[in-house]
Amino acid sequence: MPLLLLGGAVVLGGCQAPTFGAFRGATTQGHDEFNLWVGMFIAGLVVAAIVWGLIFWTVIRHRRRGSSAIPHQFHENVPLEIIYTALPVVIVAGIFYFTVVTENKIDAVSSNPAEIVNVQAHRWGWNFTYDSGKNLSQGVQIATTAEPTLLAQPATSKTYPQLVLPVGETVRIVLTSVDVVHGFYIPEFNFSRYAQPGVVNKFDFTPTTTGVFSGQCTQYCGLYHAEMLFSVRVVSKSAFSHWLSAQQASQAQSGSGATS
Amino acid sequence: MKIEARLMLFISGFCAVAAAIFWGAGLNRAYRTMTSGGTIMLGACCLLGLLPGGYYLWWSKRMTPRPEDNPEATQAQGAGVIGVFPGNSIWPFVLGVSALLIALSLVFGFWTAIFGLTLAISAVIGVIVESRRGGVV
Amino acid sequence: MTLLAERPGVLDEPHEPEPEHGPTGILKWITSTDHKVIGKSYLITSLVFFCLAGVMAILMRTQLASPDSTVVSQHTYNELFTMHGSLMLYLFAGPFAFGGLANYIVPLQVGAPDMAFPRLNALSYWLYLGGGITMVAGFLTVGGAADFGWVAYAPLSDAVNSPGAGPDMWIVALILTGFSAIFTGVNICVTVFYLRAPGMTMFRVPIFTWNMVVTGILILIAFPVLTAALIMLWADRHLGTHIYSVAGGGVPVLWQNLFWFFGHPEVYILALPYFGMVTEVLPVFSRKPVFGYRGMVFATISIGALSTSVWAHHMFTTGVVLLPFFSLMSYLIAVPTGIKFFNWIGTMWRGSLKFDTPMLFAVGFLIVFLFGGVTGVFLASPPIDFATHDTYFVVAHFHEVLFGSAVFGGFAGLYYWYPKMFGRMLRESLGKASFWFMFVGFWVTFMPQYLLGLRGMPRRIAEYSASTGWTSLNRISTVGAYLLFTAVAIMVVNFYVSWRRPVQAPGNPWDGHTLEWATSSPPPHHNFFRLPPIRSERPLWDFNHPEHTTRKHAEALAGTSRGATPEPAPVPEEAGTT
Repeated sequence: MPLLLLGGAVVLGGCQAPTFGAFRGATTQGHDEFNLWVGMFIAGLVVAAIVWGLIFWTVIRHRRRGSSAIPHQFHENVPLEIIYTALPVVIVAGIFYFTVVTENKIDAVSSNPAEIVNVQAHRWGWNFTYDSGKNLSQGVQIATTAEPTLLAQPATSKTYPQLVLPVGETVRIVLTSVDVVHGFYIPEFNFSRYAQPGVVNKFDFTPTTTGVFSGQCTQYCGLYHAEMLFSVRVVSKSAFSHWLSAQQASQAQSGSGATS
Repeated sequence: MKIEARLMLFISGFCAVAAAIFWGAGLNRAYRTMTSGGTIMLGACCLLGLLPGGYYLWWSKRMTPRPEDNPEATQAQGAGVIGVFPGNSIWPFVLGVSALLIALSLVFGFWTAIFGLTLAISAVIGVIVESRRGGVV
Repeated sequence: MTLLAERPGVLDEPHEPEPEHGPTGILKWITSTDHKVIGKSYLITSLVFFCLAGVMAILMRTQLASPDSTVVSQHTYNELFTMHGSLMLYLFAGPFAFGGLANYIVPLQVGAPDMAFPRLNALSYWLYLGGGITMVAGFLTVGGAADFGWVAYAPLSDAVNSPGAGPDMWIVALILTGFSAIFTGVNICVTVFYLRAPGMTMFRVPIFTWNMVVTGILILIAFPVLTAALIMLWADRHLGTHIYSVAGGGVPVLWQNLFWFFGHPEVYILALPYFGMVTEVLPVFSRKPVFGYRGMVFATISIGALSTSVWAHHMFTTGVVLLPFFSLMSYLIAVPTGIKFFNWIGTMWRGSLKFDTPMLFAVGFLIVFLFGGVTGVFLASPPIDFATHDTYFVVAHFHEVLFGSAVFGGFAGLYYWYPKMFGRMLRESLGKASFWFMFVGFWVTFMPQYLLGLRGMPRRIAEYSASTGWTSLNRISTVGAYLLFTAVAIMVVNFYVSWRRPVQAPGNPWDGHTLEWATSSPPPHHNFFRLPPIRSERPLWDFNHPEHTTRKHAEALAGTSRGATPEPAPVPEEAGTT
């Protein structure tokens, strides 16, 4: 039964090669996570299949069939117990190694990012400010104009702010919150991070594919949590600089701190 | 009694080791002040286990051996009075109501605590009187 | 009256029932300090909260069955998931185990006449009831019940973002039930340490009782931290302190640290008792001893110890925790849990398995908990947690773990001990129907949620747009939730049938192994008139099947088994009154 559902899950989740339901990751960091996910999923599946196999075997083979004979009363087997204590320790050590390696890759921040984007979360929206690569906050600001409505729109709709990123470049995100704890989550980047008051979180994205991806607040932040959406548009390098200068021009025109 | 002592002391010791590793591993981290609570809590857990564990260990060396620690004990060896068990008593209920009233004063203001404290004092007196004369409800 | 409880004698001797005295009716219930009455009260109260929280879950699943749904408003939805979580975790899963079944069964399993502190025991029930009513009464306040999630992350839970009496009542309720849990934890530990029957050494105590001891210790570790955190939260809300707010120099992350330092041991407080129940059910219905008894005990203690240092795996995405430390510690918990799994399988291996309702639920627990456990290992990996944190993947994971343990394991225990507690049998046909509905409903509800999480659906959202493509999976999940609701409804019918048309339960309906089956169903006041000799972890089995004891204990038993009781057992005097 569970395996059947799991099989269904795999079929539903990944149509091409097995992704086991997950996104492949549209950034290098996200793809590293995806590789770890596939490895761990297979390891987990093997362990689960063995244990389920043993359970189903004993449940089917050792049922009481009519006779009320009392079975052999064995109650310990020290060598066996040592083996099945030691084996999980080895498995755990293995997955811990791969976890740490992947985690270091994902958490590594470049000393020289191509662009720095300050992401500021508030109830219930996002502000994106671009530093134009020189660590100066004279850049572009994109704020949400969204007032919470009765029903959530698609994340890519104009109601919600859009983060524009260049493909193939490493972009630093500096994440803060002005009020409560929010979660900055882009499913297809396989990444989320809390935006918290009093904490400045920094991490890098290196997008590998162009496209529009939806994002959403994951950490419950009050009444309109479900409507705290945004989207990410990954564009080519030249399109990005074009977009950035256009934004700068329009904001210079309409005065400082204006919203797009 | 020795196993009980070891159980407490094991968890206590684990918390001490975990606290030390946690403290050491966090030394060079920028966010260290934000997680220093963890070291304190683990250290406090160590002390929490040390208190009963140490007492049990100390006492296990002085007490007369108990039949429940003797794998060969018969039921006859344990015969006799185990201890005093109170019968029906209204005071836990009264004390529960008073605790509720005192706690609700955190929501509704101080006035509920006045009733609560009155009830609590009467419950304390009630329990003491009940225990002394072994009385009825 | 104060009763001086006496040690019971040997099982063989005849006994006379003790005369009943004391108040009657509702006063008898209110004044009772008998662990059996308190245990039953706890059990029934916690099941009522379970049903209430289940109805909330059904409302939420109905809301999510279609995109842009307006079955309930966003505000109501937020209240619903907050109270669903709070009721299930604080008022059902914990109290059902350590207040209900443990309160009733632990003194019986160690051969004690009552809990060590009967009046404290009664007090903890009243605190729990008062706390529970306070929490639910939050719905009646002007602003509605608390709506900041069961974790109440600061600063969302401060006076600005969550004003009103509802959140305050939530805080008060948790303080009260927290004290109730602490008192019960102390009571269980002291009972097991000081009131065991002669011959019942610590390494002969049944696994359920062992797990309850470790649970009791975890309660003592966890709940004081929660109470302290809550009092500081209250002070932030009302006294103008700034412990959790940046404005006054406070640290919001402190709340998460404190809460999860409580929260993760709490998860094991909710799991260990149910592991214990399953460990009681499997050997009895396999007619074999527990495989690897000592390994089981050490695994439980290791889980208890490790659970104190894994709290921040709930906080991987905060960016301000030591990832490798918490990741490693969380992985390590898989090792003792794995030992337990193999021991459970070893217990059933080449046994004589009989699938009565308790056994069905116990095996169901093994199957579903394994899946929750494996996905738990995934989540202990920070990179994978980054991708799935606060999504439905996590929701599915912890529901599989908690539903798997508290409901499958808990119902295994409930069906197993119900005859002992109420003196009547439950209907097997209804029990089995309930199991199958639950087993199928479980997979149908939670498997789609894993996929939803991997497709990016965050938890705690009241609505989603149709463009997300989450609709069909959510529909399937909602259908599963209705199946689960049906399963619980069948169980309630089962209780009703056993209440209206009782089938008398014998003292030992399952050929049990442990001492609680050595007395009548339900047990008399102060539990035992006679006890069998205790020479292994399953004294009653040794007594009933002297030729089938495990080899190691056979020699020890030779001198004291039923055939050859050498010493004349003294007839204990009837319980005296002072």
